[in-house]
Amino acid sequence: MSMLKIEGVHTFYGNIEALKGIDMEVNEGEIVTLIGANGAGKTTLLMTCCGSPQASKGRILFEGQDISRMPMHEICNLGIQQSPEGRRIFPRMSVYENLQMGAITQDPKHFDSDLEMVFDLFPRLKERISQRAGTMSGGEQQMLAIGRALMGRPRLLLLDEPSLGLAPLVVKQIFETVEKINRENKVTVFLVEQNAFHALKLAHRGYVMVNGNITLSGTGAELLANPEVRAAYLEGGH
Amino acid sequence: MSSAFASTRTNGSEVVKELAFFAVVALLMSVMILGVETVDRPTGLELAVRWDLVLIAIGSTVVGRFALIMRREGMSRIVQALLITVTAVAVFEMFVRFRDMDDRWASPVVLDMAFGSVLSTVVAIAFVAIVFAIAYFSMKEKGAVEVDESAKLSSKIQLVYRSNTKKIGLVGIIFFIIFPFLFGENRSAIDLATLVMIYIMLGWGLNIVVGLAGLLDLGYVAFYAVGAYSYALLSQNFDLSFWLCLPLAGIFAASFGIILGFPVLRLRGDYLAIVTLGFGEIIRVVLINWYDLTGGPDGISSIERPSFFGLADFSRRVPEGSVAFSDLFGMDYSSMHRLIFLYYLILALALVTNFVTMRLRKLPIGRAWEALREDEIACRSLGINPTNTKLSAFAIGAMFGGFAGAFFATRQGFISPESFTFLESAVILAIVVLGGMGSQIGVVLAAIVMIGFPEMFRELAEYRMLIFGAGIVAIMLWRPRGLLSFRDPTILLNMSQKEKVAGELK
Repeated sequence: MSMLKIEGVHTFYGNIEALKGIDMEVNEGEIVTLIGANGAGKTTLLMTCCGSPQASKGRILFEGQDISRMPMHEICNLGIQQSPEGRRIFPRMSVYENLQMGAITQDPKHFDSDLEMVFDLFPRLKERISQRAGTMSGGEQQMLAIGRALMGRPRLLLLDEPSLGLAPLVVKQIFETVEKINRENKVTVFLVEQNAFHALKLAHRGYVMVNGNITLSGTGAELLANPEVRAAYLEGGH
Repeated sequence: MSSAFASTRTNGSEVVKELAFFAVVALLMSVMILGVETVDRPTGLELAVRWDLVLIAIGSTVVGRFALIMRREGMSRIVQALLITVTAVAVFEMFVRFRDMDDRWASPVVLDMAFGSVLSTVVAIAFVAIVFAIAYFSMKEKGAVEVDESAKLSSKIQLVYRSNTKKIGLVGIIFFIIFPFLFGENRSAIDLATLVMIYIMLGWGLNIVVGLAGLLDLGYVAFYAVGAYSYALLSQNFDLSFWLCLPLAGIFAASFGIILGFPVLRLRGDYLAIVTLGFGEIIRVVLINWYDLTGGPDGISSIERPSFFGLADFSRRVPEGSVAFSDLFGMDYSSMHRLIFLYYLILALALVTNFVTMRLRKLPIGRAWEALREDEIACRSLGINPTNTKLSAFAIGAMFGGFAGAFFATRQGFISPESFTFLESAVILAIVVLGGMGSQIGVVLAAIVMIGFPEMFRELAEYRMLIFGAGIVAIMLWRPRGLLSFRDPTILLNMSQKEKVAGELK
């Protein structure tokens, strides 16, 4: 059964139609990636899944429940956590406090083991435990954003451009960790990326978005081999 | 002189030009403001010209400017400090003359003081010496390494403060507890301390809303008013005791916080500030116009004073059926007993406010307030309901405002809408901002500075506002984020907890 099912979703910003009828699904245990150019509507789709902005037409089902009219915080309490665009960590709080914030709606009895799990995935965060989050490097902040999302015990993890502004080596580390989270922690991942090469290599399946429409879909390997994808997103840039 | 300027960029004629320019500016500015006054003569109002003031204004401007040039050119500190002292004395002279409208042409005030009594001589010399000392020591020799001494000092103070917050807090609490024993017979000292304590409590209450949750509330006085009127009306109409009304006043104020908060908390920043400002005014206008209930601008008078926890009464003539406080403890009657009791009451209320705030900060709700202040979208994505979180901050802040209001009503015995103007909100907000948002000890310092000092120096009359303005400017320059503006980077607050976490993970 599909974990997240998006059916004919349209989203508007005022009069501008950002999503023009999107259909896609994410199955349990998968890593699904959505690639596309700037302004294609990738972040809008991810945020629409979270309820801000809300879809004006269509349905979004999470484990069979329609979430398209629910407020953001309720959706996030169902087991969807995200590492939002621009990371949005709390810069003046310490790493530890940021992770505490991630677990704020969770039962405190899980806290210690979850913290240990996050520190296993990102040993760097443990070294920085009492540092102000805003003073860390971009890569560390991204790790924190993912770690904070994991503290909310998600079944579905939404990642919005985790590679943005990071050095290639760090990007590789982050993607390896995402794979590990998916494989070992059994978290389904929906990844929005501009870094098409890495994202498609990692993903089980992928979608390509152009101007608010899904134009292509397939397994990661298929899309990587697709000449259109190669021409538009892979060659020249990498 | 010429040799002094030889090594510098500016030559003598440029300096003269610059000074002349500033003299003209000073003339233009002072001639209408200082130079002309209307005098009430038997023949009617007449214009009198006061060239002495204009001359002093121009003179002090020129000398002050010359001091700045000297500084720019790197002249010796003594020369600079001398010039600045002359400027300061001239400005002082100008203000005194401006206030005394007699014609004092010949004798400068400072000289008068110096040759008056022994005391005034000492004061005059001290004044000049202090100005000179400040000028001398705040100067830097040009070319000296630009180590900002004041920054170094302030970071040292910060370090001491940070590592000893708890001790400082404890010393402060002990000081405030023994305060009545130190000043027990001094009525005005106790009164002033009580007033400062009210504002400390209000500051702490508003700190929850502004400092922790980051919601700019310009109408906090509304909740103060709700608390005060709740107590006054309940006590007058239903004859309820203070001890029963105190929690009720808090509940009423909190409900008003929720009523206001519900529609407006979707607003942010400036918009929220304007709406809360409006709410504060609405409450005040209602209080003025609802004559039947609130007595309108006449206010409510002879509000019942609190008893000693319902056990004893503080009045000299004790009503039938109750015990006098002095009899209860076998002491002689003193009117100070009530004042000291009121002082301890507000101290206790304020400490409760502080304690609750400190506790809440460590709980998820307090953490959520702080997170909300930093990033609302991130909070929502973590599953925090922003509306409820903001409402809770608003309601709890309002509740403490209500407690303080009830105390205010019982202390004054008289309340009217006059006491709840926008200025009060502004003062409370200024205390929070001046103290450094979210800093509890900062609020205490700021309340002492904002409320205590102006009262202590009441004799200085209008000069207080001058000093106040200068103080605000100084804060803007040197501590733009408040007196004690730093959030402890981790609210692990106690280190042992952190070590525990780190230890378990090793």
